[in-house]
Amino acid sequence: MRPPASTSTRGHILIEDVVKIYDSGGAAVVAVDHCTLEIEPGEICMIVGPSGCGKTTLLNAIAGFHEITSGRIVMDGEVLCSTEMPKSNPGPDRIVVFQNGALFPWKSNLENVIFGPVMQGRLMRSEAIDKGRAMLADAGLSGVEHNYPGEMSSGVRRRVEIVRALMNNPKALLLDEPYRALDSLTKSVMHEALLEIYYKNKVTIFFITHDLEEAIFLGHRVVIMTTRPCKPKKMLTVDIPHPRDYSVLTSKRFRELIEETNDAVHEEALKAFQAGEKEG
Amino acid sequence: MIAGRLATIVTDRSFWRGVAAILVFLILWEIGARSKQWMAPEFFAPFKNILGMIGFKKDYLPWVGAIPAPSAVLASWIQVLGQKGYWQSWYMSFFRVMGGFIAAMIIGIPFGLVLAVSRITRWVAFPVFEVLRPIPPLAWVPASIIFWPTQELAITFITFLGAFYTIVINVLGGARSIDVRYFQAAQSMGSSRWDIFRRIILPGTLPSIVVGSAVGMGITWEVVVAAEMISGGGASGTIGSGGGLGFFIWNSYVGGSYEQIVVGMISIGIAGFASSGLLRWLGRYATPWLKAR
Repeated sequence: MRPPASTSTRGHILIEDVVKIYDSGGAAVVAVDHCTLEIEPGEICMIVGPSGCGKTTLLNAIAGFHEITSGRIVMDGEVLCSTEMPKSNPGPDRIVVFQNGALFPWKSNLENVIFGPVMQGRLMRSEAIDKGRAMLADAGLSGVEHNYPGEMSSGVRRRVEIVRALMNNPKALLLDEPYRALDSLTKSVMHEALLEIYYKNKVTIFFITHDLEEAIFLGHRVVIMTTRPCKPKKMLTVDIPHPRDYSVLTSKRFRELIEETNDAVHEEALKAFQAGEKEG
Repeated sequence: MIAGRLATIVTDRSFWRGVAAILVFLILWEIGARSKQWMAPEFFAPFKNILGMIGFKKDYLPWVGAIPAPSAVLASWIQVLGQKGYWQSWYMSFFRVMGGFIAAMIIGIPFGLVLAVSRITRWVAFPVFEVLRPIPPLAWVPASIIFWPTQELAITFITFLGAFYTIVINVLGGARSIDVRYFQAAQSMGSSRWDIFRRIILPGTLPSIVVGSAVGMGITWEVVVAAEMISGGGASGTIGSGGGLGFFIWNSYVGGSYEQIVVGMISIGIAGFASSGLLRWLGRYATPWLKAR
């Protein structure tokens, strides 16, 4: 079953038979096991799995932070990495929003936001500043330009970081449990804010989480991963139409989808628990 | 602005608590210094044997009365304020501290950064550095007098050593502990290696540079005083008694002016406090984002 058609044409990601084996200190650990997954342009693809199941390994491979052991990852026809060339170069077409945030604490929010385009030489500094201000305002963040990230709440910091990512004009956003540290009230506000930003900038979103409700609320598609080694166990197309808002959470269809997937997620969580996987 | 800050300090309750604590200390000192003995002889008579075992004799017990009273110190200080030699001591020590400290910054910060980013440099230089580091700067005094052509350079070199190791270790540690995500994010957004050095490593290390400098400055004052005492005040032969505050204290001791010893000690305290205060102030301006936390 294909995810709902989207207007985007860029940001197609093909993960093909990817294997990642960590071989440190003699004992080889298979983190990702023959994982194949295709993500459509402009799709919000939610990756659900228990902590430490290997999903971050997959994200790091796409981002180009870590090598893969075999297989290949292709983006819009361009091979990012493969068995022959196991590590891709990180680039502005795939921007990661990190679990605990990675805004540069020594730069103001605006300086953070204009970092990408200025580094890439795509925009003059003054142009970048204008665009950065506009993007921040668009995300409901006017007034924070000259504050340091350390002065803001974690919710605001995460939104600034997403704006910083979008300023690179990426094909895909790679989000690694960005809302994990937030309380559930802030989280629901953040979900709506993310969707709002997404509706204005249709990029492919590869979103890692262990929160099933978050996955179904945001995603076009939810991929439930097995715990180590990591590979798709069950896929679910969320047939609740976008744009969505908070009322979805109480809808009948939302509850049904949770019920449909809850067992699969719970089973993997139990396996991870019994294996004694470390949090994070 | 400075007036405003001064006003907030003066209206701050903790400031007056600090003043009160110092006043109480001075009063106790004054009383102790004027008293003939710190304890009645019959009181410590039962402990005589034990005290004797660790080398005390009855009439050699330490007592505050042997120390000049604060009022006497103040009188001596006022008198000394008019002397050229006292100010020259300040100038000499300050000059040596600043010379050694600035040299330690100029050499230590780049060296620490190179150690942090270059694995080869770490392999080559770090073992040597770690062997030399535990040697106390004062152990270098004889070698440095032999090595350097003038005693002035020898003393400055000792103060340099005092700050150098601390600065290097702080810079190295600070640069190495920068979160890997900052590098990954910068790399993803198209930064070159030089961009990463300039925009991530340098600002990311700045807080550690500030801390290392403040600690290094403290050590510098400890070291300069001892170096001046040991090496006889450097250029004292040519410019009278202007051999630095360390030599000032030593000279006062040799000359039997006990009040002046205390004057010298307090002067060094003030000098050290002022220097690290200045550094803290500069550090706050260099790292404005840390205020935010």
